Amino acid sequence: MTLALRQPSVIPGFGITLGFTLFYLGLILLIPIGAFLLYTAQMSWADFWQAVSHRQVVASYKLSFGASLIAALLNLVFGAIVAWVLVRYRFFGKRVIDALVDLPFAMPTAVAGIALVTLYASTGWVGQYLEILGLRVAYTQLGVVVALTYIGLPFVVRTVQPVLEDLDRELEEASAILGANRLTTLRRVILPALLPALLTGFALAFARALGEYGSVIFIAGNLPFRTEITPLLIVAKAEQYDYPGAAAIGTVMLLAAFVLLLLINALQWWTARYTRR
Amino acid sequence: MSTLASPIPPLSSEAPAWQRATEEPAWIRRLLIGIALTFLGLFLVLPLAVVLYGAFEQGLQVWYAAITEPDALAAIRLTLLVVAIVVPLNLVFGVMAAWAIAKFEFRGKSVLITLIDLPFAISPVVVGLIFVILLGSQGWLGPWLAEHDLRIIFAVPGIIIVIAFGTMPFVARELIPLMQQQGKEEEESSLTLGANGWQTFWRVTLPNIKWGVIYGVILCNARAMGEFGAVAIVSGRIRGETNTMPLHIEVLYNEYLFTAAFAVSSLLAGLAIVTIAVKSLVEWRDERQRHPAAA
Repeated sequence: MTLALRQPSVIPGFGITLGFTLFYLGLILLIPIGAFLLYTAQMSWADFWQAVSHRQVVASYKLSFGASLIAALLNLVFGAIVAWVLVRYRFFGKRVIDALVDLPFAMPTAVAGIALVTLYASTGWVGQYLEILGLRVAYTQLGVVVALTYIGLPFVVRTVQPVLEDLDRELEEASAILGANRLTTLRRVILPALLPALLTGFALAFARALGEYGSVIFIAGNLPFRTEITPLLIVAKAEQYDYPGAAAIGTVMLLAAFVLLLLINALQWWTARYTRR
Repeated sequence: MSTLASPIPPLSSEAPAWQRATEEPAWIRRLLIGIALTFLGLFLVLPLAVVLYGAFEQGLQVWYAAITEPDALAAIRLTLLVVAIVVPLNLVFGVMAAWAIAKFEFRGKSVLITLIDLPFAISPVVVGLIFVILLGSQGWLGPWLAEHDLRIIFAVPGIIIVIAFGTMPFVARELIPLMQQQGKEEEESSLTLGANGWQTFWRVTLPNIKWGVIYGVILCNARAMGEFGAVAIVSGRIRGETNTMPLHIEVLYNEYLFTAAFAVSSLLAGLAIVTIAVKSLVEWRDERQRHPAAA
């Protein structure tokens, strides 16, 4: 039976390793997710629709999707610049900076949350200067964007960096010899090669931002209809024991996550064709 | 730009002329470096600095008092207990999954890899909700669990389960590409020379993937200690009992005890720094092994 499914090999342990992997995935991941979707499926369509289309919930979708989109776009632009600078230029402290890019990935979200709100509050190190410019970040929608930008920062840098490292300099030389200036080379030679990686990083940053909770709730202020993200509403409903309501909204978020995961997989497959590793 | 116009490009002490045709002018280089550093300074360095400043602003003694206060100690102890269970579980899972995926060819492999990535995509809040609905007192298994006097939600087992879910991919994601890249020739020779499967794993495979395992474990550990959204839903926030370190930080912050909140945060921030330092170390070793001359 197993022989039909896999190619023969002298290496032992296929049955036990794959068996344990599937058992663990099934127990912790698949059965709970399946049960959760079944729970939502038992709701009547009217109840489900009422829960997911309530005005306050719709306002939270707009904020969550909108702020995640803006944050991912910011990370697309600045992440591309950071990746470019780290791969192509030499400057003091480059190694340390390169390592620091992973910080949002390792930093607990609650710590990031209280750090960002302290920094961007009207009395904070950065907030006080933005206040002079008339910009309020803490407890506004802009604050949500700041937190989501922080959380998504490593993704574009880390997907673009290896592709840029592998990019053949000879292509740029050929482009220059054929008379293109630097801007044309960037637009016609470099960017097309980086496009899949840029999109992958963008989608990863967006997906991460969409579900983010810890770093946002401190800086957002959580005003209904204004600065309430969807994950916060799920927590609020769960804390009031409104499990069907929470499950309905959670299912919407879960389905959005599945769609994004499929998209990211397709993009990664496309990126892989541009890296030779 | 001008190098293209003149037939013989002028020589520069910095770089050969052929290279300058594929380089940007110095002012653009400086501008881009400036933009990158400003962005990273605002988003990476300042938040880290504000945590450390807030933690130590009032001196070491206040910092020490904040992290040794009973509720803080209880939170630290609980967090350590949770990672002591979750990290070994996900380590075993990661090594097993990587072995199956890297050393064998079978149908459905890409589906399996996607499934392992799944926890990355799901909101931590939804993870918590899934288990509340499954195991909570009003959930599906709730009545059965109550009958057997088992408390999972609003108790420690629930916290362990959601953190195991959320940090499941870290070791596996580190090891799968590493082991795929190393292939299986070394294991095959070891087996041909008469070693059994265990010996091959301990003496051939493990030394090769050692650094990947170390980084995977440290990252998994950092993320497990810092997990927040999922734990916020299942813990019930019982002070001194089911508050992990991040939840304790939230409590302190909401009570305006900022110095104490930053003091506990500084421990987790320190862990995050250790994590990225280990990652750099692993990558640096890797680079040296691949191009010994360059480094």
